[in-house]
Amino acid sequence: MQKLAIQVEGLQKSFKGLHVLKGVDLEVEKGSIFALLGTNGSGKTTIVKILTTLLKPDNGKAIVNGFEVTANPGQVRRAISLTGQFAAVDEMLTGRENLILIARLRHLPDPRQIADDLLKRFGLTEAGGRTASTYSGGMRRRLDIAMSMVGNAPLVFLDEPTTGLDPEARIEVWRIIKELAAGGTTVFLTTQYLEEAEQLADRIAILDKGKIIVSGTLAELKKRFPAATLEYIEKQPSLEEIFLAIVGANQEK
Amino acid sequence: METTRTYFFADTAVMLGRSLRHVFRSMDTIITVTLMPIAMMLLFVYVLGGAIQTGTDSYVNYLLPGILLIAIANSIGYTSYRLFLDMQKGIFERFHSMPIARSAALWGHVLTSLVSNMLSLFIIVLVALLMGFRSSAGIIEWLGVAGMLALFTLTLTWIAAIAGLSAKSIDGAAAIAYPIHFLPLISSAFVPTATMPPAVRVFAENQPVTPVVETIRALLSNQPVGDELWLALAWCGGIVLLAYFLAMRVYRSLGD
Repeated sequence: MQKLAIQVEGLQKSFKGLHVLKGVDLEVEKGSIFALLGTNGSGKTTIVKILTTLLKPDNGKAIVNGFEVTANPGQVRRAISLTGQFAAVDEMLTGRENLILIARLRHLPDPRQIADDLLKRFGLTEAGGRTASTYSGGMRRRLDIAMSMVGNAPLVFLDEPTTGLDPEARIEVWRIIKELAAGGTTVFLTTQYLEEAEQLADRIAILDKGKIIVSGTLAELKKRFPAATLEYIEKQPSLEEIFLAIVGANQEK
Repeated sequence: METTRTYFFADTAVMLGRSLRHVFRSMDTIITVTLMPIAMMLLFVYVLGGAIQTGTDSYVNYLLPGILLIAIANSIGYTSYRLFLDMQKGIFERFHSMPIARSAALWGHVLTSLVSNMLSLFIIVLVALLMGFRSSAGIIEWLGVAGMLALFTLTLTWIAAIAGLSAKSIDGAAAIAYPIHFLPLISSAFVPTATMPPAVRVFAENQPVTPVVETIRALLSNQPVGDELWLALAWCGGIVLLAYFLAMRVYRSLGD
């Protein structure tokens, strides 16, 4: 039983002369949440696409769940599920139909039951009969992640799962990700928000200009910076805290 | 690999079901591919038809093959459009990262075009019957007509697939439909080519739609099809093979 869900060594990829990945090394342990942190254009999505067999690397090795991605894409696909950067839901279908579609394509028994269970788990039971085009951004994202849960893949890729969501929807997605990891699923997550990585990840790697410049646990990363000094700062609530306090108070009424 | 091959037909059937739902839920599609050709048929028969001399007793008999091809030509823009949307919205990426036959996603769209066209053509023929269309064709001839229409549909659909897969914008994806709309108009579909000026006539007689129209017309009136059948098969067969291989090539290289 190997401990690593993902093992990447010297990964390189260029697009039409543009060197996007310049030798990426990383390891993800089974059952952990791994966050790949980087700005737009740093190559996060390219790494996700290579690991999910959508793109072929020019150079280097990428092993997912024990299988090399280029040599054995079929085996890799059986072990993973991908939630891409844009909510890949079929807007002409209802939420339920979207889930049934994926269950059928994964050749699972009783697709309807699977769909109903997931709708319930993601708080979409009421919306399940409406076409996804009527959903809000947060609902769409929840449906998108629910579709990735069909078949219970042991390794889940989430490419910027909270980009473009409002704070409430973002916290909802965080809760879902934490639940997933608690159930033993390995989560590979990309994000451009430091806070998101801090909230969720067991290990964090920072990607910059096609290379991992630093990686480790949050505690390890903090140790690499000068020791904490004591300063007194007046604690002001952030706008996000104010927003959530007001909206939360409203909902309780 | 073996399992994905075993599941090719099952996966393609699921994809077909998905994309047929898109067709039936889009009023716009139904109007364009069924009601517009019927409106054109009414217009040509009851407004323009009286002034058109085709040398046959019934203009609707003369016109129907062309209307059927116009309906097909109208529909293929939707294949490009739906393919483009699936790529743009990341739906293909989701499918391609799953353990399913990769080409099932593309075949789903192509077969949807075939099935929905056959349905709309059937409705158009029913309306033509109400308008006085009569055919002396037997079952074999009707099967021949269906086969010819299916081949023509697949030919245009695979061309549309190339456009949808390689387009950079939604307008670009749908643009392929415009030049194809004109092919039935500049053929023997509505008027005999003998009435056209020489340059137009040369084009009209040497483009794929004319032999397809003539073959269907001959079959429907129970006449010998002659060389037109072989010409039609050569045109459509050649183009469909070329378009299929090109579309598959673009499809396989997606993302790279």
